[in-house]
Amino acid sequence: MTLASGAGGGVHSVELGVVIFFFLIVTLGGFIAVRWKRATSMKSLDEWGLGGRGFGTWVTWFLLGGDLYTAYTFVAVPAAMFATGAVSGFFAVPYTIVVYPLIFIFMPRLWSVSQRRGYVTPADFVRGRYDSRLLALAVALTGIVATMPYIALQLVGIQAVLDTMGIGGTGNAFVRDLPLIVAFAVLAAYTYTSGLRAPALIAFVKDGLIYLVIVVAVVWIGVKIGYGGVFDAAQAKMAKTKGATFIPASSTYWAYGTLAFGSALALFMYPHSVTGVLSSRSRDVIRRNAAILPTYSLMLGLLALLGFAAIAEKTTVIGQDGKPNSQLVVPHLFQQIFPAWFAGVAFAAIAIGALVPAAIMSIAAANLFTRNIYREFLVSDASPEHEARVAKITSLVVKFGALLFVLGMDRQNAINLQLLGGVWILQTIVAIVAGLYTRWLHRWALLVGWAAAIVYGTTVAYHQASATTKHFGSSLAYFPFTHTKVYIAVTGLLLNLVIAIVGTVVLRLVNAPAGTDATESDDYYAEQPSAAVTREAATEIAGG
Amino acid sequence: MSVSDPRDTARRPTRQPLPRSTVALAGLLLVIPLVALAIVPVYARSNPHLWGFPFFYWYQFVWVFVTAAFTYGAYLVVRRARRDSGGR
Repeated sequence: MTLASGAGGGVHSVELGVVIFFFLIVTLGGFIAVRWKRATSMKSLDEWGLGGRGFGTWVTWFLLGGDLYTAYTFVAVPAAMFATGAVSGFFAVPYTIVVYPLIFIFMPRLWSVSQRRGYVTPADFVRGRYDSRLLALAVALTGIVATMPYIALQLVGIQAVLDTMGIGGTGNAFVRDLPLIVAFAVLAAYTYTSGLRAPALIAFVKDGLIYLVIVVAVVWIGVKIGYGGVFDAAQAKMAKTKGATFIPASSTYWAYGTLAFGSALALFMYPHSVTGVLSSRSRDVIRRNAAILPTYSLMLGLLALLGFAAIAEKTTVIGQDGKPNSQLVVPHLFQQIFPAWFAGVAFAAIAIGALVPAAIMSIAAANLFTRNIYREFLVSDASPEHEARVAKITSLVVKFGALLFVLGMDRQNAINLQLLGGVWILQTIVAIVAGLYTRWLHRWALLVGWAAAIVYGTTVAYHQASATTKHFGSSLAYFPFTHTKVYIAVTGLLLNLVIAIVGTVVLRLVNAPAGTDATESDDYYAEQPSAAVTREAATEIAGG
Repeated sequence: MSVSDPRDTARRPTRQPLPRSTVALAGLLLVIPLVALAIVPVYARSNPHLWGFPFFYWYQFVWVFVTAAFTYGAYLVVRRARRDSGGR
């Protein structure tokens, strides 16, 4: 059998069996989800794309946890720790800590105004607040373009697991990629029928498995190697590796800090985070979740340390194709330390961990396309039912686009584009977050600031070389006129802000038309409207 | 309770801005973790160790717990203020 050849020496059938078992459970759950939480019909974006806007504290916790902490994170963060240490890997911990106070502060306002005005996407809000189709289009396009490579990277996570189980590498290209194609086709099918309810339900399985695996791994490391030994091994390796850091030194303080804060600000601008937040039932659900979601950050921190544990355990990262690939470090470590059946559970956790965010991201991108491109520029009188139909089809297109991307292009391209995605998405924060508090900034100034920062960030990122690639080698670059490296997205954001403020002053002096604000100050405090009223309104819209 | 009229007085209490002292206390609880993690030069050191963890690593793990507690504290502060003012 061609599948059995390769450096790993054959397919690991026990592991594969366990993974397939969990995949079947999740598939069943994905299709059943359509009946969950009294969905009467899937014929509106509120139902299909936001799960009826009715998720409570626990569902939101699982959904956002499954959404923000993706399979790629689980694979890439330990991989970065394994290869180059703290600055490229461990910053994910402060990043996912500081994001919650920020969500606590900003997101209830976005939730309230969206609830009151029926907004489904962040671009909807920008459209209403600034009365600018162009600015809304900019926000929507940024969201879609930043999300696509992120979906593709989820597939890279699945590939790492498949490769470890002995699938992939050599042989017929179609046979090699078949498992990935099947997994994605099934995912696409139940996302199409069940909408956001599918990943919300599957997230329970995913997170349960992930927590179980992490607890076992953490105990195992403590008993078998001891954490002192783990850190000693890591320190020794980082001291020998060029460009690696065990603990940031004065040259990398700013890099570490700006990566953490820049990524945190970018995270909740991603369409899939906004979708997760808007699907919750009330402002209190969001606030409570800001307090309980750090559980996942604890888990992520422990996972990051697995990269160091792999150094102590001398884990090898040679893939089926015979080339070293640090993305394989966590699956290889699991295979090395766990019995086959439990390694299978761990692999299932990673694979399902890829499906949940991929589903939510494709839904979020579909919502953006439907509301802010299709309805705005193509068919302005689309009914809710029409919108839902367009979004469902878009979610399929988005997923297959991501699949083609991963199968057809170099994996490095997906990673580069995801790096750029972070730089791009952060530039929408000025219009969105400032807009939640003040209408002072002028829509045209915001548009120019956004464009300048996108051009700046893209150009600078393009010129970063690393040992393995000539372009997009790093998300860090020298801050202009200094010798301090900072996160490119943050420099772009500063440029963006300065242009937005100066531009607003100028445009106000010349009395440029500022448009009409469709929101009222009351909207930003609105609590949950009574359930009866919402349902009435929904039937009204659906019926009319 | 009607939602159709934005000037409906019955819903006024829930929409009033929170008292300044509440905002200040909740804000402080939320800002402290941000500051604690922004001061990279202060925590980027290896001693003292704790259970084999260098300071840099355990310090950040500690802030996972503290941030969760402070954020929950901010939630309680906001909720109490809203109850006192007659809102939900």
